Amino acid sequence: MADAHITVRNLTMAYGSFVLQRDLNFAVNRGDIFVVMGGSGCGKSTLLRHLIGLNEPAQGEVFYGEESFTHADPARRELLVRRIGVLYQSGALWSSMTLAENVGVPLEEFTDLSAAEVREVASLKLSLVGLKGFEDFYPSQISGGMQKRAGLARAMALDPDILFFDEPSAGLDPISSRRLDELIVELRDSLGATIVIVTHELASIFAVGTNSIFLDAESRTMIAMGPPTELRDHADNPTVRRFLLRGENGHE
Amino acid sequence: MTTTAATLGFEQTGDGTLLVRLSGRWHLPDGVPSAEPVERELTGQHRPRAVWFEAAGLEAWDTSVVLYLGRVEEVCRRHGVAVNRGGLPAGVQRLLALAEAVPEATDARGEQMDTGVLERIGVTTLEAQESVLKALEFVGDVFISLGRFVVGRARYRRADLWLLIQQTGIEALPVVALVAFLLGLILAFVGAVQLQSFGAAIYVADLVGVAMARDTGALIAAIVMAGRSGAAFAAQLGSMRVNQEIDALATTGISPIEFLVVPRVIALVLMMPLLTLYADVVGILGGLFVGTTMLDLSFTLYFQQTAAAVSLASVVGGVFKGGVYGVLIAVAGCLRGMQSGRSASAVGDAATSAVVTGIVAIIAAAGAFSVIFYVLGI
Repeated sequence: MADAHITVRNLTMAYGSFVLQRDLNFAVNRGDIFVVMGGSGCGKSTLLRHLIGLNEPAQGEVFYGEESFTHADPARRELLVRRIGVLYQSGALWSSMTLAENVGVPLEEFTDLSAAEVREVASLKLSLVGLKGFEDFYPSQISGGMQKRAGLARAMALDPDILFFDEPSAGLDPISSRRLDELIVELRDSLGATIVIVTHELASIFAVGTNSIFLDAESRTMIAMGPPTELRDHADNPTVRRFLLRGENGHE
Repeated sequence: MTTTAATLGFEQTGDGTLLVRLSGRWHLPDGVPSAEPVERELTGQHRPRAVWFEAAGLEAWDTSVVLYLGRVEEVCRRHGVAVNRGGLPAGVQRLLALAEAVPEATDARGEQMDTGVLERIGVTTLEAQESVLKALEFVGDVFISLGRFVVGRARYRRADLWLLIQQTGIEALPVVALVAFLLGLILAFVGAVQLQSFGAAIYVADLVGVAMARDTGALIAAIVMAGRSGAAFAAQLGSMRVNQEIDALATTGISPIEFLVVPRVIALVLMMPLLTLYADVVGILGGLFVGTTMLDLSFTLYFQQTAAAVSLASVVGGVFKGGVYGVLIAVAGCLRGMQSGRSASAVGDAATSAVVTGIVAIIAAAGAFSVIFYVLGI
């Protein structure tokens, strides 16, 4: 079971001379739904940007399996990146393309499918996220929750091994957000993908997370690691407990 | 209900207490009284040991009361005098407590460092160096990607390229025509005033024709395109950055430069020479209009004079310049767009900066071309 899919070693993240988080060490196992949590502004989203290669570590390394992602050459990196899917906070759909085209771009670029087949696969992916029939809509014509689901369809286009979610429930109503959680678990179970979620939505954290780390803004490092429910009930650190209990005291 | 203005009363009691009495209607737009009277009492002959507030006569209050009390308490803290809030309305007490609940973040206001002139010069120089290096890196990336485009290995969407060609080409025709025609007109007028006094009005045709073909046609088309397409490119890429669309391309494994920048450069490189030719022709028509209507030259004469004056070499030279200006506009626009910050105002700045960079680059290139063409004797 302890088959590390992503390993982070001694990672320090900084913007210029401003250190955001230092000495991060953790592993995401294959099949995990791994939650990165912490208060606002502690560097959760930045950690995600480091994991997917949009930011370079100030120090330390990120490994995909046994292979160093940080020190991979650009061509190798491109191949590694093709095995991941990312759902951005706002969906980040390409606004000049329809939903079907959005989902189709990775397919067109990286497979030999014909145009008709690309379209067919795009429709299938969109139907998986409940957007069947919206193929020819532009991102601006659909709601925020739908954009997010379409972004998920695009992230899944190439059947990635790892899916990253940046604040998936931000800006969603409780029901849509819950449906997205269910979808995430469903995808893990059916695709066998590893999932990394950055969030501070407690409901989602407990509903889906199988493992987690907690980043602290004050001490600028991770102060807890483990399954979220376990951290809630047994964490030694008062900051973690307070966070997971929504500021209420641990006494029942 | 009678409205009473906000009033303050001070009373020193025998046991060393200053009673501050608030009454009337406190309303923020009417202003907030200063804490100075209290400070005078505190530093006066009979120094009170404590300040009590009394608000029985307070009819209505808002932020102004809280603000005033905050000032008074600050003064008291400075003079080491105790404060008793017991006489205040419960709401005011709660607000004061809330404002104090979280201590001021000491590092939140940012360091107001007193930087000397030398340090600022140094920092600015380093920043300038950084931005030049970044721009060079970007230009290098663009040319590598253009190479991949030429050998057919670049990833881009053909539909995007066609759309860009349409936007930068056909849709620019009316405005380029208008500006070029007016410029031909202006050149003809300027020339006519001088040449008429020598009885050489016919040479207006030479002036307009040669000027348009060699330099002005390309220059005017480029300046219009810098304002039109350069700004549009920067705004498009900038808002894609804000919306993380460029990140999404990168994590899909698609180079944003190949996918977004290369089609824009190609579109302008293809369209600028055509727009230059078009501007040449329309500009010459502007001159023709002045020649035939104001200078009483015949259409045929003007046409023949132009045809004799304008050599093929100067037309080709002008068209070549147009192509180079196209690269400059596209690269400047895309560079500023890709460098844009992640806010709405940053996108506006990127568009502005794209136009400025584009026009400066065009004029600089035009100057360089003039020297090179002169030396080469073209």
